Amino acid sequence: MKVLLEAVFSPTFAASILRVTTPILFATLGAVVADLAGVVNIALEGMMLVSAFTGVAVSAFTGSAWIGLICGVAVASALGLLLGYFHLKLRTNIILAGIALNLLATEGTVFLLYIVAHDKGVSSSLASKVIPDWQIPIIKDIPVLGAMVGKQNALTYLSLLAVGVVYLFLYKTPLGLRLRAVGENPDAADSVGISVHKVQFIALAISGALAGMGGAHLSMGYVSWFSRNMTSGRGFIALAAEALGRRHPVGGFIASLFFGLADALSNYMQSLRVPGEFVQMIPYLLTLFALAVYSGRQMKTRRSFK
Amino acid sequence: MVAREETPILAMIGITKVYPNGLVANSKVDFQVQRGEIHALVGENGAGKTTLMKVLFGLEKADEGDIFIRGQKVKISSPHDAIRHGVGMVHQHFMLAPSLTVAENIVLGAEPRRGLWFDRKKAEEISRSLSEEYGLHVDVRAPIKDVPVGVKQKVEILKALLRGSDILVLDEPTAVLTPQETGELFLALKALKEKGHTIIFISHKLREVKELSDRVTVMRGGRVVGTRKTAEISSEEISRMMVGRDVELRISRPTAASGKAKKVVLLAKNLQKYSRDGKEVLKKVSLQVRSGEILGIAGVEGNGQVELVEVLCGLSPADGGQVFIAGKDATGKSPGDIRNMGVSHIPQDRMIYGVAAEASIEENLVSTRYRTSPVSRGISLDLKAIRQISRHLIERFTIKATSPSQSVSTLSGGNIQKVVVAREFSTNPQVIIADQPTRGIDVGATEAIHRYLVEATEKGAAVLLVSADLAEVMGLSNRLCVMYEGEIVAFFPEASEVTEEELGLYMLGLKRQDPREIEAAMMGEAESRPASEAETGEG
Repeated sequence: MKVLLEAVFSPTFAASILRVTTPILFATLGAVVADLAGVVNIALEGMMLVSAFTGVAVSAFTGSAWIGLICGVAVASALGLLLGYFHLKLRTNIILAGIALNLLATEGTVFLLYIVAHDKGVSSSLASKVIPDWQIPIIKDIPVLGAMVGKQNALTYLSLLAVGVVYLFLYKTPLGLRLRAVGENPDAADSVGISVHKVQFIALAISGALAGMGGAHLSMGYVSWFSRNMTSGRGFIALAAEALGRRHPVGGFIASLFFGLADALSNYMQSLRVPGEFVQMIPYLLTLFALAVYSGRQMKTRRSFK
Repeated sequence: MVAREETPILAMIGITKVYPNGLVANSKVDFQVQRGEIHALVGENGAGKTTLMKVLFGLEKADEGDIFIRGQKVKISSPHDAIRHGVGMVHQHFMLAPSLTVAENIVLGAEPRRGLWFDRKKAEEISRSLSEEYGLHVDVRAPIKDVPVGVKQKVEILKALLRGSDILVLDEPTAVLTPQETGELFLALKALKEKGHTIIFISHKLREVKELSDRVTVMRGGRVVGTRKTAEISSEEISRMMVGRDVELRISRPTAASGKAKKVVLLAKNLQKYSRDGKEVLKKVSLQVRSGEILGIAGVEGNGQVELVEVLCGLSPADGGQVFIAGKDATGKSPGDIRNMGVSHIPQDRMIYGVAAEASIEENLVSTRYRTSPVSRGISLDLKAIRQISRHLIERFTIKATSPSQSVSTLSGGNIQKVVVAREFSTNPQVIIADQPTRGIDVGATEAIHRYLVEATEKGAAVLLVSADLAEVMGLSNRLCVMYEGEIVAFFPEASEVTEEELGLYMLGLKRQDPREIEAAMMGEAESRPASEAETGEG
């Protein structure tokens, strides 16, 4: 117990929270953007996974982690558009289409992994690159703070930046205003000549791109390889974080940190004598709890709108 | 006043629209509007008014016909096109995003920008100056969800004006307004007309048509019956054109029952209800309805009427107080138990609470008594009996349908409501709780439903009538109360002696009677004191 407490109250633990929060945070922001536009993106998980794989594969072939990242994000964004196509053009239920995309991503990445790496589990035979760590000049030398946020993966910094960017986009730009109007009352947007479908396509593409950033962090920042189903539910945790954060980027950030904390905690506890399977449950139990809170709140709002 | 013979600002010629299900909504409709007039478009539900306006606004595509605006033939395939040609529409259901502010809603789609950003200050400035220019005063910074209905409507009009609309279409704009708000709206519309705008006004209410419009076009069954100068046609003539026969426009209340003591059938004592966020939405409401009378509840929507009806019908439990039906305690009973005690409920929202839309007419007609004979035969249903009952009800309540097995969703609004009414009346209820029973349905069906209510009352039922339609609630009720913010703020033992203006003052909370006097007048022995005395308690 003492070991655990010491670990938890060390600056490196704070740093690890930020590190494990990164993919969840990206995906949460993606969930916020899509949800505010009225298109629930349940395929975040699959989009992350596809981006994680694409990033590794492309970086191995091109020798550049950044090109890998761009391609991963592009593919995830394209998946967002594909989801939009199914839902908006072919009028499938967006939840079912999202589930289908998730299943396709889970198995499809394994198939492609076998083709490029001749392995059904891990991409370690590929010489993939990683996104570098950045150091913040002055902050890194401040005692405790430096150890916490002075040196992190580039994508971790970008994820923090993304919170602000997404906030500004949603609440300070004309497109953001339209996006929120479309999500709240598509007829209202339509009646003033806004193309609802166009806005929702854009929202899904942005949502996919953000999820793609998160996925790329997993395989090119957090670790340096792709392994099957490596997202292990983070896309769904992001949906919970989005709900818990009341569909707001900053709220989503705080909720992501909460799940990041749970994740980091479970990582540390695995080094103790607690059965690993039990510890690994923690993030998911928290997700379940958060969703229960959320649905309770939803029922309340629905009643008040009646 | 002689309308100059000039090119009409809007001409729709030979418009035909057939829906995929074969319904002919518009058949060779010619519709012309002169610049600067207020033109009323009237007709029963399903007459094709809304379809015609949807075609004009690019929400539906006509199969045949042309639209000319200012003499130019135009093609309108989306609202965007309509807006570009200067056509603005104020829809019956507001097209507003609740969490956005008034200003944001007004500029939506044409947002002022500063570089990359949305220029909120500019948006507020634009909205403010526009609202001042047209005398439509709104608080531009308030979120839409916090403003009253009347303001929402002003926002809709401002939205259209901002987009340069000089032809404004208003689809039943007064349906949700108080008399005062309606008055304000009419002033604003007349001012718009003075400024040269053209207004198309869709309405069911002939009194408003007479008051506001210069000309009136009547539609029936997807065709135009005629266009007349409003000043040269009486309300009776308009209604005859609408329904194709004479309609009893005056609503007749049930003849007040004779001197013998009438039994109190529905009694509510101190009903309280809190909303989920802790607001007191019913503040100790007491009322009683006697056999053979209609008690009306007037009030602006959202002042506790919905909650009151839900509590009385058992749809939602009260947080305090008691309900008695024919002397038996019904507090906290389930809707099924309350129905079995002889209560019928005509709900406000027929599509959600009234019918199962995808089920057939006959299934809906027996849905409250499928457990009892003759509909039920132990574990199975007696389909023959159901068919027989349905045929009988369809005939008696003149439901226009091709077959009892037709799905309810294919019927018109008025006929769907008749299905609900037929079912609710067929069980010979002691108490009928009618919540906005004629909202959004046509004159013919409204008239029929009013007649059924009166008939049931004369047979001894006690009717509680909740309605935002003042003409209805004043015309039908024997006794009348007004709800405001979860309370009964006025009670009139003789509904016939109240004026609309007076009711409006109570509905808006500008006046109220002494609560004790209300209680004494409503709950006390009506025989023991003259009605006029009980009415003096206004404060």
